[in-house]
Amino acid sequence: MLFPHSKSSPQPIRVVITGAGIVTALGSGWRVNASGFRAGRSAFRAVTLFDVSRQRAKLAAEADLPAQLPPTRLTQKDSRRLDRAAQLLLLAAHEAWAQSGWAPSENLPLVLGTTSGGMAFGESYLQQSLTAPHSNRGQPSRIVHYNCQRQALDVCEAFGFQGPITIIANACASGANAIGHAFELVRHGQSEQVFTGGYDALCQLTFAGFDSLQALSPTTCRPFDAQRDGLTLGEGAAMLTLESLEHAQRRGAEILGEVIGYGAVTDNHHLTQPHPEGHAALAAMNAACTTAGISPAQVDYINAHGTATPQNDATEAAAINRWAGERAATLPVSSTKASIGHLLGAAGAVETVITLMALRGQWLPPQMNLKATDPACRFPIVRELRDAKLEIALTNSFGFGGANATLALRRWT
Amino acid sequence: MSRVVVHGLGAVSPAGWGVTALRAALERNTPLPTTSLARPGWDKAIQVRAVPPPATRPAFLAHPRLRRASPAAQHVVAAALEALGDDAERVQRGELRLGVIVCIMAGCVAYSRRFYEEVLKDPPTASPLIFPETVFNAPASHLAAYLGTPGINYSLVGDDGTFLQGLALGAQWLTHGQADACVVVGTEELDWIIADAVRQFSRSSVHTAGAGAIYLKRHTSDAEHETSGVAELAAVTDSFLFTKTQRRAEAARRMRAQLSPGNSDALFLSAQNCPRLDPGELAAWANWIGPRFAPKQLLGEAFNASAAWQCVAACDAVQTGRCPAVSVSVVGANQQAIGARLVAVNPTPRP
Repeated sequence: MLFPHSKSSPQPIRVVITGAGIVTALGSGWRVNASGFRAGRSAFRAVTLFDVSRQRAKLAAEADLPAQLPPTRLTQKDSRRLDRAAQLLLLAAHEAWAQSGWAPSENLPLVLGTTSGGMAFGESYLQQSLTAPHSNRGQPSRIVHYNCQRQALDVCEAFGFQGPITIIANACASGANAIGHAFELVRHGQSEQVFTGGYDALCQLTFAGFDSLQALSPTTCRPFDAQRDGLTLGEGAAMLTLESLEHAQRRGAEILGEVIGYGAVTDNHHLTQPHPEGHAALAAMNAACTTAGISPAQVDYINAHGTATPQNDATEAAAINRWAGERAATLPVSSTKASIGHLLGAAGAVETVITLMALRGQWLPPQMNLKATDPACRFPIVRELRDAKLEIALTNSFGFGGANATLALRRWT
Repeated sequence: MSRVVVHGLGAVSPAGWGVTALRAALERNTPLPTTSLARPGWDKAIQVRAVPPPATRPAFLAHPRLRRASPAAQHVVAAALEALGDDAERVQRGELRLGVIVCIMAGCVAYSRRFYEEVLKDPPTASPLIFPETVFNAPASHLAAYLGTPGINYSLVGDDGTFLQGLALGAQWLTHGQADACVVVGTEELDWIIADAVRQFSRSSVHTAGAGAIYLKRHTSDAEHETSGVAELAAVTDSFLFTKTQRRAEAARRMRAQLSPGNSDALFLSAQNCPRLDPGELAAWANWIGPRFAPKQLLGEAFNASAAWQCVAACDAVQTGRCPAVSVSVVGANQQAIGARLVAVNPTPRP
């Protein structure tokens, strides 16, 4: 039963990560992404997926999809029907699932974050409805695959499990909210394992939407730069297998890291603009640290939301300054969107995996393209790869509609 | 174990604005009249059931965030405010930490379709005012902004059953102290593109739009609160997915088996006279001898809004004393079968 839940635990349960999968424009998989971030690679290129000749911005971080997806329980026919979003999701899911060593289960919750789901199918559906209204060819399939739940069901079919599907669409915080919700399910004892993450593929509607808002950079994505002029979109997916520490240890799983805190707060200032003083961002970081039982002095790195829009970065800088206090002067911060762009609903999940990489490898992810740091930042921006002793890190995600989420992660030793 | 009580109901439907209009339409037990909706390239219009204009313009539409808001956002706010009742002011004063859950399947399709048509014509002229209203969480964000609540706020996407998952999530937030109260809203919008899409799967479905809201709070031992509850949320079943190995009929059968309704329950079904979608659910409940209601057959198909109206109508039947207990069966469009049971609020503690 989803309610009442017989398994709720009176004491919080420790939640660990035993599998992680990641796909970005840097490549598919943990290893290639880790080496890409360590090498300071930037993955932006001219958009090829749709026509951007009439848009202000021309660049995005497009992912290269493999010619063939890894083998799963999906048939070849099923696999051929998957759009970019579903393929990205499946690639990340396959890596995380394989690493975790999980077996199919009858009641495994799947919690995903996305902003667009199969939007490319929605675009095709409308185009055909307008240009060939009396042709039904392919239309029913487009409707089915447009729905976000179809991609989630594909993951269930691919790995042979069943359970409640929860899809959180909280704009650019969706991926972080999904992991946060999954964390809560395990932490409160409602489930021993949860498969979670976020995904989004580039699509014309979203690209044109951000361009219409003049939120896309016509030059280069430069988070926290004094001359920053907007974000650059990317695409990708990341998936995590979360489970209780006891469950992971019982089955002898390799533990990659621990999720220790989650905060979710709503900023009511404006539909698309954060409050300039970053009240909600500050509250989200505070809430995550309260759950984790940590103070700013114990945090060794922040993977910032850092979109490179003037408003976001100013607000986030204000929030980090206020939250960290004196600690700000020595607290390393970077935005990895400078390498892979803004992955929208996938961003929070992808950046959680990047933060996990940093904790596992004991290095700080460098941020490309920074020329002159915005003086609003009282904290140092990580500009080149460096080894560091990291125990605890935060990752921030903020979205349209005032969705603010922070996750706190701890290194596993 | 915490007990969770429904404290308020709200609805905007093709029957009108408010639960009273919904109740009256269901009591008439006659399908609401349809209206014609033109679609490009077709001489024949689609028959739909649109939400009628409100008798008077709601005051909340004067709020700066709601002037340009999509129909879905307007319906969400109206239904939520009706459900919250006097507690809306308590939320605005910061006396209640309100969790907000908005459940939707197709999203804000009217603005999305309009914006993408503008993009196809000439991208630089696509409206920057419309695009932000297309995101899934715009209605939930507008509701939070109107109420001034910074609390936890999720927009859940999925088929009709997502609304019942939303009820379970709201109950979870209350149980774990993440909110003092929670409003769960189901909504969908009307546009030719979605009405056309619905017809691809069922010629007999009539698309509609609107929102339904259920306001949840923890059960308290305070006598005043005990009597003010509408109904108690007794159970939400597991979500039984539609997969290759578990078809709709099997998912519906397992949902019914887990729900195990009492003999005196009234049953609120999601069936809509659709030969393609209904048989699994009807088979699962074939031997049910108690009273049964199918609001979609009168109101039309609006996915999460429909599931919300089912629950609102069910709770209303408990509150008005017409039924001591109700079971809600949702066999959704393409994801899951899920059920819920609601009972009269019992002043004595449940074991």
